[in-house]
Amino acid sequence: MEIILAVLVGVLYAAGVYMLLRRSILKFIIGIMFIGNATNLIVFLASGIVAGEPAFVDGVVQNASEMADPLPQAFVLTSIVISFGIVVFALALKLKFFEITGTEDLDQLTKTDN
Amino acid sequence: MNSVILQLASPYVRSLLVFFSLIALLRGHNYPGGGFIGGLLTALAIVFYSFALDWRQVQKKLKVKPETYIALGLAFVLSSFLPSLFQSEVLMKGVWVSIPMGILGKLELGSPLLFDTGVFMGVIGVTLLFFFTLAYRK
Amino acid sequence: MGVILALVQTLFFVYFFSKIPEATNGNGIVTVIHWIPQIGLNLEFLLNGLSLVFALLITGIGTLVFLYASAYMKSYEGTDKFYFQLFLFGGAMLGLVLSANLIQLFVFWELTSYLSFLLISFFNKKELARKAAFQSLIITAFGGLLLLTGVLLLGSIVDSYSVTDWLEGAQSIKSSEFYLPGLLLILAGAFTKSAQFPFHFWLPGAMQAPTPVSAYLHSATMVKAGVFLLALLNPVLGGTIEWTYIITLVGVTTMFLGAYFSITQTDLKAILAYTTISSLGILVLLIGIDTTLSIKAAMLFLFVHAFYKAALFMVAGFIDKKTGTRELSKLGGLYKHMPITFIISILALLSMAGLPPTLGFLGKELIYEAKIQSPGIASLVLILGVAGNTLMVAVSMYFMFKVFLGKQGDYPKQPNEKGYLYLLGPGVLTLLSLLLGLSPAVLGDVLVEPALSSIRKEFIDVELQLWHGFNDVFLLSLLTIVLGMTIFVIALYKKQFLIKWRSINNRIFIIEFTNIFNQLLDGFLNFSERNTKRLQHGYHRFYILTVIVFASALLWFEVYVTRNWVLETQFSLTPLYISGLVAIITCSTIYAAIARSRIATIISMGVTGYGISLIYLYYSAVDLAITQILVETLVVVMFVLVLQRLPLFETLSSKLTRVRDLIISLTFGSVMTVLALKALNVEFNHSISDMMVKNSFVKAHGKNVVNVILVDFRALDTLGEVTVLIIAAMGVFVLLKTKKT
Repeated sequence: MEIILAVLVGVLYAAGVYMLLRRSILKFIIGIMFIGNATNLIVFLASGIVAGEPAFVDGVVQNASEMADPLPQAFVLTSIVISFGIVVFALALKLKFFEITGTEDLDQLTKTDN
Repeated sequence: MNSVILQLASPYVRSLLVFFSLIALLRGHNYPGGGFIGGLLTALAIVFYSFALDWRQVQKKLKVKPETYIALGLAFVLSSFLPSLFQSEVLMKGVWVSIPMGILGKLELGSPLLFDTGVFMGVIGVTLLFFFTLAYRK
Repeated sequence: MGVILALVQTLFFVYFFSKIPEATNGNGIVTVIHWIPQIGLNLEFLLNGLSLVFALLITGIGTLVFLYASAYMKSYEGTDKFYFQLFLFGGAMLGLVLSANLIQLFVFWELTSYLSFLLISFFNKKELARKAAFQSLIITAFGGLLLLTGVLLLGSIVDSYSVTDWLEGAQSIKSSEFYLPGLLLILAGAFTKSAQFPFHFWLPGAMQAPTPVSAYLHSATMVKAGVFLLALLNPVLGGTIEWTYIITLVGVTTMFLGAYFSITQTDLKAILAYTTISSLGILVLLIGIDTTLSIKAAMLFLFVHAFYKAALFMVAGFIDKKTGTRELSKLGGLYKHMPITFIISILALLSMAGLPPTLGFLGKELIYEAKIQSPGIASLVLILGVAGNTLMVAVSMYFMFKVFLGKQGDYPKQPNEKGYLYLLGPGVLTLLSLLLGLSPAVLGDVLVEPALSSIRKEFIDVELQLWHGFNDVFLLSLLTIVLGMTIFVIALYKKQFLIKWRSINNRIFIIEFTNIFNQLLDGFLNFSERNTKRLQHGYHRFYILTVIVFASALLWFEVYVTRNWVLETQFSLTPLYISGLVAIITCSTIYAAIARSRIATIISMGVTGYGISLIYLYYSAVDLAITQILVETLVVVMFVLVLQRLPLFETLSSKLTRVRDLIISLTFGSVMTVLALKALNVEFNHSISDMMVKNSFVKAHGKNVVNVILVDFRALDTLGEVTVLIIAAMGVFVLLKTKKT
């Protein structure tokens, strides 16, 4: 299964990069989303995936190593929420950009003025 | 959206979602849930409600403004530092009180719950601020 | 406002004054506040004889300047800012002279440069003021950087930045191969700050500042920071041929050129600026000569100069205020209108010319004595020294006659002498100069002696007298005065004389330092602009393209280097529904990347997000799954909100570009897959996670370990995360809630 998930990571990265290289800002932002998801997955995958053993404890624990590792999960949770903030901020930027320039072509954005 | 069913159902759905979000917040320490999930759920409830009605009305109806939510959230987060400070412990160390509740077992309250509530409020405020500013455009 | 701050300065002055016995006894008062002791960074303050002299000058003259400013600045806008900056400057300057750690000294050093920049550009609507401020900032800050480099270089020898450690390791510093480069760098710092040739030109420019600033920063205190540094480091770095020759030559050149240029100026403040340069040259020269006598002379002259120059600047500002001009040609006959100012000026100018009975005479006598003793290049130093002083005498006389005596000038305003606050400062200073000149032993015993002792690191008895008797020095003084008077008389009665001199000057010194500086700066800016444009062309996707191509090349190279690695995991499709889910996510992701319809793109993106959350759910990450679903929903909502206001997708790139991008993205995606597979083989150290799992219920009373990590074990991270979110929200709010531009 890990191999299939690794391929999925590759696909997400490829799609993300492809969209980052587009001139439309909307696609660019979706590209950010994909790359964020892919990175979350790679962290999640690298920590070792375990099915059906979520990290819930009751009392003193003996079998800590059989459980899913909670630390990467906490990291990824943080990352999901932060990428939410970033994407919305990017959307707001894009909206402002469109209102000012009337285009959504990134190549129109080569100058600092006007 | 001009769906009568949605408009009629939305207040109930909203209340239900807010109720669940509070549950998610309160039991987050022991079961799936927590401040982030609770906050996002509440925000979603309000977003959903604004889709069913007009978001302008919803914004007016809101008793607490998003900015206030953010401020409250930060205040809660900061207040969660106080117990550890008063006990001259390391800053942000969790402090717990156990209240026996008879047959219900005992209720455990700790400064992390304050912290989580702060996160909860903060997330609500931020998400609503996102939503209303993006929706506000002409 | 100015009066209150003057009171604060007075308090400091009194404080330092009360510390005289304690500070001048032995090694002075040392205060150390540990900051980062591991790398030798501490806040170290040292109050000894040397720093005490400076501290008293800073606070004492500070008091007078603030009083003066409270009258002078009344008619301008933005005085609160001005007082704030001036007061900050006083603090920074105090910090500088009290520093016993050279890194700390550098910080204060740069602070004074920066505040000087702000203060010079007080009249920031004037282009000249802005330019002058910028110029002085560039030069002094550049010198500060050189100083830092030198300090770091020499500090590496003794592995400390504390002055006391440097003193102990003085021998090893001097014998090190880094000595000469380190010395040159530190000297460059001191010379730029103290306006030594060839960096002197920023100081006349700095006269664009309001007069209190010129009196305080650019004559009495800040420009003496270089002198202070030299005096501070004299026991460490001094006593070598390099030290003596470099400093002496630079000092004497500056001294002569400053005096030489001052006589052909026509603006009151410009004259004072050039004589200040000359005086700074004298101070540097005296420290360079590096004998006990010369240092003594330097310490005495420090007072002399601070007293008369600050007084003269204040007088010049007063005249400017009352007559409306600072041009020599428009002034004259002022003694009728401003008699008190006239008397004060006479005393101050006598001091500047080095005539009895003022402190200036004493200073000059000592200087001559020191120069005669100067080793090595005594004759050159002496000739230039006498020439410089001769010119100073001439300038002083000329200043006095042109401004106060002679024909009634053609002033824009009718002058009066109202405003005692204007005269308080200069009055006190000249009175001090006169009193101390008559009974110099007080100054000698109380301040000069400890300062000298703390520089020479041994006790030295200082005897100061006004009258030295008939000796070589007195003859030299006499010669100076006679020559100076001659030049003055010629200049006064032959009007063509100075004009011709000016034109000769212009012919000899075609090269204007300011122009060279500006040309260098322009060239540098053009150069960097051209290069920056090549790298920063503004096409966003090419930046990303560069980064991605480079990153994948590096990663592929790493994969190639470690090609012997074996994958331990077996390929399997179980459980099948997860394989199916992955297939769906793959399809939706690819579709999102190529779809033409905006709604389809966003829905596909949503499918991808939900699919990933299901993967989290299956692999035991419940909280993750829930958060991902909620966030994905919200993101789709936000996208839809924005989408209503945006145009349809257009095909913007050509087919060739799309193929190129496809190749690049596939290269990157594949290397990330390999990376993910390799990460599976890495042995993780699970001790942190195990600790958290074990303590989650026992210590943190929580069964959900992920949540316990978020709100308890790593709560600070979560606080940071919430902060990021709030900042993003504020950003969105500011971007969109403000009016359309």
